[in-house]
Amino acid sequence: MSDNILRMSGITKTFPGVKALRDVTLSVRRGEIHAICGENGAGKSTLMKVLSGVYPHGDFEGSIEFDGQPVEFRGIRDSEHAGIVIIHQELALSPQLSVAENIFLGNERARRGLIDWNRTNYEAGELMKRVGLRDNPTRQVSDLGVGKQQLVEIAKALSKNVKLLILDEPTAALNDDDSAHLLDLLRGLRDEGITCVIISHKLNEVISIADNVTIIRDGQTIETLDRQDLTEDRIIAGMVGRALDNRFPPHEPTIGEEVLRIEDWTVHSPAQPERKVVDGASLTLRRGEIVGLAGLMGAGRTELAMSVFGRAYGVNISGSIYKDGVRIEPKSVGEAIEHGLAYATEDRKRYGLNLIEDIKTNITAASLKGLWVDEAEEYRVAEGFRKSMNIKAPGVASVVGKLSGGNQQKVVLSKWILTEPDVLILDEPTRGIDVGAKYEIYTIINQLADQGKAVLVISSELPELLGLCDRIYTLAEGRITGELSGREATQESLMHLMTKGNPR
Amino acid sequence: MTTTTAPAKQEAAAPGRRRFSLNLRSSGIYIAFALIVLLFSVLTDGALLQPQNISNIIVQNSYVLILAIGMILIIIAGHIDLSVGSVVAVTGALAAVLMVNMGLAWPLALGITLVAGGLIGAWQGFWVAYFGIPAFIVTLAGMLLFRALTMTVLGNQGIGPFPDEVRTLANGFTDGYLGNIGLGPLGGADLFSLIVGLLAIAGMAASQWKARKGRLGYGQAVEPIALFTGKLVVGAVLILFLVVQLARFKNLPWVLVLLAALVLGYSVLAGRTVFGRRIYAIGGNMQAAVLSGVKVKSVVFWLFVNMGVLSAIAGIIFAGRLNQAGPTAGNSFELDAIAAAFIGGAAVQGGVGKVVGAITGGLIMAVINNGMSLIGSPSERVMLVKGAVLLAAVAFDVWTKRRSGAGR
Repeated sequence: MSDNILRMSGITKTFPGVKALRDVTLSVRRGEIHAICGENGAGKSTLMKVLSGVYPHGDFEGSIEFDGQPVEFRGIRDSEHAGIVIIHQELALSPQLSVAENIFLGNERARRGLIDWNRTNYEAGELMKRVGLRDNPTRQVSDLGVGKQQLVEIAKALSKNVKLLILDEPTAALNDDDSAHLLDLLRGLRDEGITCVIISHKLNEVISIADNVTIIRDGQTIETLDRQDLTEDRIIAGMVGRALDNRFPPHEPTIGEEVLRIEDWTVHSPAQPERKVVDGASLTLRRGEIVGLAGLMGAGRTELAMSVFGRAYGVNISGSIYKDGVRIEPKSVGEAIEHGLAYATEDRKRYGLNLIEDIKTNITAASLKGLWVDEAEEYRVAEGFRKSMNIKAPGVASVVGKLSGGNQQKVVLSKWILTEPDVLILDEPTRGIDVGAKYEIYTIINQLADQGKAVLVISSELPELLGLCDRIYTLAEGRITGELSGREATQESLMHLMTKGNPR
Repeated sequence: MTTTTAPAKQEAAAPGRRRFSLNLRSSGIYIAFALIVLLFSVLTDGALLQPQNISNIIVQNSYVLILAIGMILIIIAGHIDLSVGSVVAVTGALAAVLMVNMGLAWPLALGITLVAGGLIGAWQGFWVAYFGIPAFIVTLAGMLLFRALTMTVLGNQGIGPFPDEVRTLANGFTDGYLGNIGLGPLGGADLFSLIVGLLAIAGMAASQWKARKGRLGYGQAVEPIALFTGKLVVGAVLILFLVVQLARFKNLPWVLVLLAALVLGYSVLAGRTVFGRRIYAIGGNMQAAVLSGVKVKSVVFWLFVNMGVLSAIAGIIFAGRLNQAGPTAGNSFELDAIAAAFIGGAAVQGGVGKVVGAITGGLIMAVINNGMSLIGSPSERVMLVKGAVLLAAVAFDVWTKRRSGAGR
């Protein structure tokens, strides 16, 4: 227990009216991978902001000791200078610049005020090799996928002689391959002597990679678990303060008539019109049924859903849609809504909500018809959803941007339920939501099915699909590669179908 | 994700504080307006609030205020229109050619001019909404195009004079339909104007009361009754003061009647109709609006059509007031209208703003203009002050937003 690279003790951070952190203690040993787990709002990010100097010294109580020295950071520059680098969930890269330019942004390789491009690109190339990024340093960052962009961030951190690397939800947006690669990379960095702190909701990853796990709940340190004590249930129990025997509410489906049938659905990419993003996909949904759509990132899940939803994505779309046995051709989102379709997006902040407006305005946004807005009725409807969906907010006039992820998602669901759809497509309905709120969302999905609606759930988390769905389709490279009943499916069988290549 | 919840808890724990800062942000503009009026009343020894001067401020700025109504809607949707000054010129010129050169009956000529304004708006709306060119570029081009068109139509000279009816609309006053009434020491005043003013006050009070009762009926939070009545009384006193002063001078200016109708109509459009909701939805998050079934292109198109029609109204009034359509008419009106919208609380990113706010923003500039010229300030100093006010207003908006932590 001797060599701690970081020791934060007695950290208390108060915002007006609320204590975000209460006497938090965090010790990180040199050369380990240390995970921090906690529900959203538990105080993880606030703690990291304290550490990195976003909240300057004096803005909080308690002391920080780094590398054997007490430190008083006044800003991010101070902490970076000491060797602490944070990689945030939302990547901070400049998309129009090259990989090399991004790596050395703010830290340019220059001689007499002029940039030395040869040295920049050469050194960037060396750093890219270290993180296993095989690409050209002059490539524009926006051309890279999210996984590779994450690696660019790490290369950037390495260029600053990082001693302690902090990653906030590094794999949230990555597919399984990229995640695995990233975790391998972190193990490699650990072997080189770089200490990592990783904040993650993905408990299986935490268990596979962490040497120690500190659990934070309600702004307090609950416990630090050693490697041999790690199990998912143990961590969850610490995070929620209770044992979760079952992460999925029990559900007995009553499956009825077919309500939606999609046949031979083909969609081309707007960016590359010759490329098929969805290729001859066919699927059916029945009343009262929860159907899963599994696929790796880039398999075309979201593209399939959005193209069906009034051609909100894609060009040169062919195929047919039957609603209750009758062929429909929704050409706009408005028509799709009229036909009883609803689509809740995977990125609720960018595509789902008007964050500067209040709860009631967002809930009614897809249901307004005619000339006038009946404000009394709007209030009554929104208040009804706030109670039935348990949206935690002072009132329906609260601004949506200030709600937590789980509550925002409940607003999105309310908005679509209000359109009285027969078919709901939920794209990553629990992304970025903590364990307790996930259970609530699952319960809502079950209730929707019980009301006779068909629900199509798109998710990257296979346990979620297995726990929730009556039937699961797998999608690979735009093609439906399999259909399994919820009972017979396993993570292995799904993964096998999801990675099934194009027979060519 | 994790960052958003901490401030939410903070708000929940300190509701009083939050309500105050929200109030400051939404009502700051009206307080600022009151202070500016007060300041110039003192500096001008009360000349600012003399009956004739009030009438002048309204008549001289009516066209910019009309433009500000259309502009705020476009800005809420996240766009901008730089061409309105030139559209004012070209529609004024068209009206002049139709009425003066071609001798068309004035109602017909006005109708044609308004349609022309709508077509100009449709032209710009097409490029912005359906072709996808940024409004900044389309309307910058429009600013040049329609100025050139004005000069072509006018042959580089002014055309006038206008028929009496048009001049009355722009410059004239309602007749004293009911004669005068003595107001003791204030002297005689137009009874009709006073009745209209009292009706306006009654209407305002009734609609506010109804809204409040509606909210209460659904258990919503409302402001304390004292504050509610206080606001109502202040509003009533202001309207009464305005009307009495105007009635003592020369009855109600026609443009004030027109302006009041437009403000009322467009406030209802923005606040109470589905179309209005969609404007805010587009400005707040365009992608989310599309995925909620909002026909974004169509809404933006019609906003530009509307701006064209309002520009035509402003063009007719401006030309009518000068009794001549000139090639330089409307120069830099677009800047005044945009400044009015932003001083009045519009957000640079869109999604926020009110018609009444834009009007207040326009009046702030009007009072500064008028007050400073009354005390004999040179025009460069007026410009300096107006620039500083615009910057300060937007800085205040950004500052309150940052403080309330409503970041995106």
